[in-house]
Amino acid sequence: MTEVSLGGPAGRGGTRGSDSHARRTGPGWYVKIVLMAAVNALGLYGVWTAVMVGSWGVAAFLALAVAAADWVYFSRRMLPAKYLYPGLVLLLAFQLFVMLYTAYVAFTNYGDGHNSTKVDAIAAISMQNERRVEGSETFPLTVVERDGELGFAILRDGEIVVGDAETPLEPAAGSDDGARVTAVDGWTALEFAELVSRSAEITDLRVPFSGDPAAGGLRTQDGALGFVAAPVLVYDAATDTFTNTTTGVTYTPNDHGSFVSADGEELTPGWRVGVGFENFTAIFTEDRLAGPFFQVLVWTFVFAGLSVVTTFALGLFLAMVFNDPRVRGRKVYRSLLILPYAFPAFLATLVWRGMLNEKFGWINEVLLGGAEIPWLTDPWLAKFSVLAVNLWLGFPYMFLVTTGALQSIPGDVLESARVDGASRWRAIRSIVLPLLMVSTAPLLISAFAFNFNNFALIYMLTGGGPHFEGAPVLVGHTDILISMVYSVAFDSGVKQYGLASAVSLLIFVIVGLISWLGFRRTRTLEEL
Amino acid sequence: MRRSILTAATAVAATLALAACAGGEEPAAEESSAAPELEGSLTVWVDETRIDIFTELAEDYSDERGIEMEVVQKASGDIREEFVQQVPTGEGPDIVVGAHDWTGEFVTNGVVQPIELGDKAAGFSDVSLAAFTYDGAVYGVPYAVENIALVRNDDLVSETPETFDDLVAQNDDTGADYPVVIQQGDEGDAYHLYPLQTSFGAPVFEQNADGSYSPELALGGDAGEAFAEYLGELGDQGVLDPAIDGEKAKQLFLDGKTPYMVTGPWYAAEFTAADMNISVLPVPSAGGEPAEPFVGVQGAFISAKTENALVANDFVTNYLGSTDVQLRLAEAGGRAPASTEAAGQVDDEIMRQFSEAAGTSPMPSIPEMGSVWQFWGVTEVELIQGKADDPAASWNTMVENIESAING
Repeated sequence: MTEVSLGGPAGRGGTRGSDSHARRTGPGWYVKIVLMAAVNALGLYGVWTAVMVGSWGVAAFLALAVAAADWVYFSRRMLPAKYLYPGLVLLLAFQLFVMLYTAYVAFTNYGDGHNSTKVDAIAAISMQNERRVEGSETFPLTVVERDGELGFAILRDGEIVVGDAETPLEPAAGSDDGARVTAVDGWTALEFAELVSRSAEITDLRVPFSGDPAAGGLRTQDGALGFVAAPVLVYDAATDTFTNTTTGVTYTPNDHGSFVSADGEELTPGWRVGVGFENFTAIFTEDRLAGPFFQVLVWTFVFAGLSVVTTFALGLFLAMVFNDPRVRGRKVYRSLLILPYAFPAFLATLVWRGMLNEKFGWINEVLLGGAEIPWLTDPWLAKFSVLAVNLWLGFPYMFLVTTGALQSIPGDVLESARVDGASRWRAIRSIVLPLLMVSTAPLLISAFAFNFNNFALIYMLTGGGPHFEGAPVLVGHTDILISMVYSVAFDSGVKQYGLASAVSLLIFVIVGLISWLGFRRTRTLEEL
Repeated sequence: MRRSILTAATAVAATLALAACAGGEEPAAEESSAAPELEGSLTVWVDETRIDIFTELAEDYSDERGIEMEVVQKASGDIREEFVQQVPTGEGPDIVVGAHDWTGEFVTNGVVQPIELGDKAAGFSDVSLAAFTYDGAVYGVPYAVENIALVRNDDLVSETPETFDDLVAQNDDTGADYPVVIQQGDEGDAYHLYPLQTSFGAPVFEQNADGSYSPELALGGDAGEAFAEYLGELGDQGVLDPAIDGEKAKQLFLDGKTPYMVTGPWYAAEFTAADMNISVLPVPSAGGEPAEPFVGVQGAFISAKTENALVANDFVTNYLGSTDVQLRLAEAGGRAPASTEAAGQVDDEIMRQFSEAAGTSPMPSIPEMGSVWQFWGVTEVELIQGKADDPAASWNTMVENIESAING
């Protein structure tokens, strides 16, 4: 635990007052000025660019961070803060923000179908439901302009007609090349470059096809092809409803961010709204989720617990063996044992997956002479395989830390135990293990927390499988909470960021609680 | 002790400075891409498999039209999700190039806009347009069509029977290790089994008149049960095996250990590269009706929030839709063009044979399909492994589960 004591000694230094670094003008002071100048320059540059793109939140955060940095490092009294500041800023930016944002999302219905704001949803519904009038013609179209106003000109039944947003298409004098209007009297035809610069105006323009509004409006998407379109759904801002122009059905917004009709038909897309604790309760109350959830919860505890116990037991055993001076070539063995730790876990897991393949895997084919043992596809064997692979991946770490801890146990303590007539086993049980636990217990707790969320191993090795036969969600016998969330919230086809965030928060609370209890227990160990 | 703290503090300060650099540069990059947009530039997102050809095409279009084009490479695993997330923030592209089965997700999230093809619609194959049709409107311009079919090693066999059972029986004479390989995997592969399933008359959803799908499940009933029984039989005979995934299936075919493999152009290209003599044929029927694979269509979508809708439409309909460009895309991607005129001009025999085996069933793009995939694959694996005592019952359980997943 020595490496996390940044704050402690700094606090002690704070009492030295007059001896502060801020007053001395040695080489260190110049280094400090240069560093602070760089921090300020970068910070201000960040603020400026954030303002330029309109990211006000980022700009405010950076401005505050720079101001705080100057205050902390140029003040005479802020010695502890000088050490804490960088860590605090990083904590804010990379931890606290992420946590708060996750918490915010957990209380919304953000996900597929509720992806953006209400304004966007209204625009999208209107856009998707403006349809080409059935059976209508398409026309080669010319975009024309008069006094800054845009209009469309087409050949209708061989006759040149022109109109703009207010005036329906009317016959006009001009010339054409047989398919397309080339010039209209009183109007100027636009070049492609002009079309591009007025793109939005052109694609938004609807020229009434005739005096009858029901006939639809002439529009274009690419500035060359004209077609007649009419809206199927019309939005009325005054009543905040959509109305279907043919059936007359109205759709009103509900409190879950969707427009729905009286008989429950929902328009897509909806928008993101707060839904309170719904995401949190869904996991317990929804029949489809609740059953598998508790099964998975139990396995998660078993998996994390057994992973810690097995890796620690093997690591400790090996550490004791190789700590004995009678073993020859200890250094070579030790280096070899650390190898699994040196491989990227991702890669190693994939290799294990291949080796454990029922039919073509190296283990079955070579080691077991062609036996077809379903290592990853039988529920119990898959659980065993997951633990075994995790043991292979995890024991070198435990081996390392226990070796270190063993070597720090003073030899005279053991010697006096032997003089007192303690057996070898008794010495281990009463002297070595208690002393060892003082330094390793916090690591065991963090190993538990790590394995509780060991997504990569499960995802890469079994993908959570084998699947619970006939279960209504795609969760399997080796799924742990975090991989279950992934499969329910992302892999099931419809993304549910809200639900995923809610369960992540639950996992955070569980892990936090266990760690807190664990650390409280270890404090009693330290008093030995 | 004291020195180590100072070192740590310096390290943290350096990290902070670096973080500040990284943080500072990002908005700057966005700013430079936002500035020329006013003059009419187009941003196109493509994945790594298409980046080269689209960079070329964008340059040519840029020369032709005088419009600045920016082709941005996105990882194929992330491009779809990123598009859905970025369009609402205004940081999305004008155009995204991808697969037609994204359509449903894009439309229900309101991130794409309908595209009116006018008379050009007649120039595309029916299945490719049906693929991009959602709720009566077309949302993408198709450029390439891909599907799986039966690939035959001509050095091992030269004639292929009419039915799948005869094809399996044919191996009694040939004596290869496997009569045919169809890739599976621990989580199943419903895509590669779909031709067999459709031959029993059990398509996944009901198809509308325009070729798009309604959310009405059609894979249940007697036809589905018959297919479930058949899968169990194939598993018993060892024809299907979950341990054979794509890589292993490919290797078996390459090694000549099987005369047939049900696969797509991606592996066929490797077979021709290995100088094998192959033909591509429709998958023989197992249940009496035509065996139709899912057809995957590639195309371009236009963002709902593009500020250059006019140019974006011009690029995807008039440029990507042209015969010439469709042929170039076909050549680069090794998939048959979606334009019928271009498809007629293709001189690659394998490509032509694949598109002849295509049929009329696009892969469903409706969001309900997302609820189908995994249930489907794992159930099929259970049937193949013989884990289910009553195949028909476990097939029906699957249908119920899919239904309840769809209805939330």
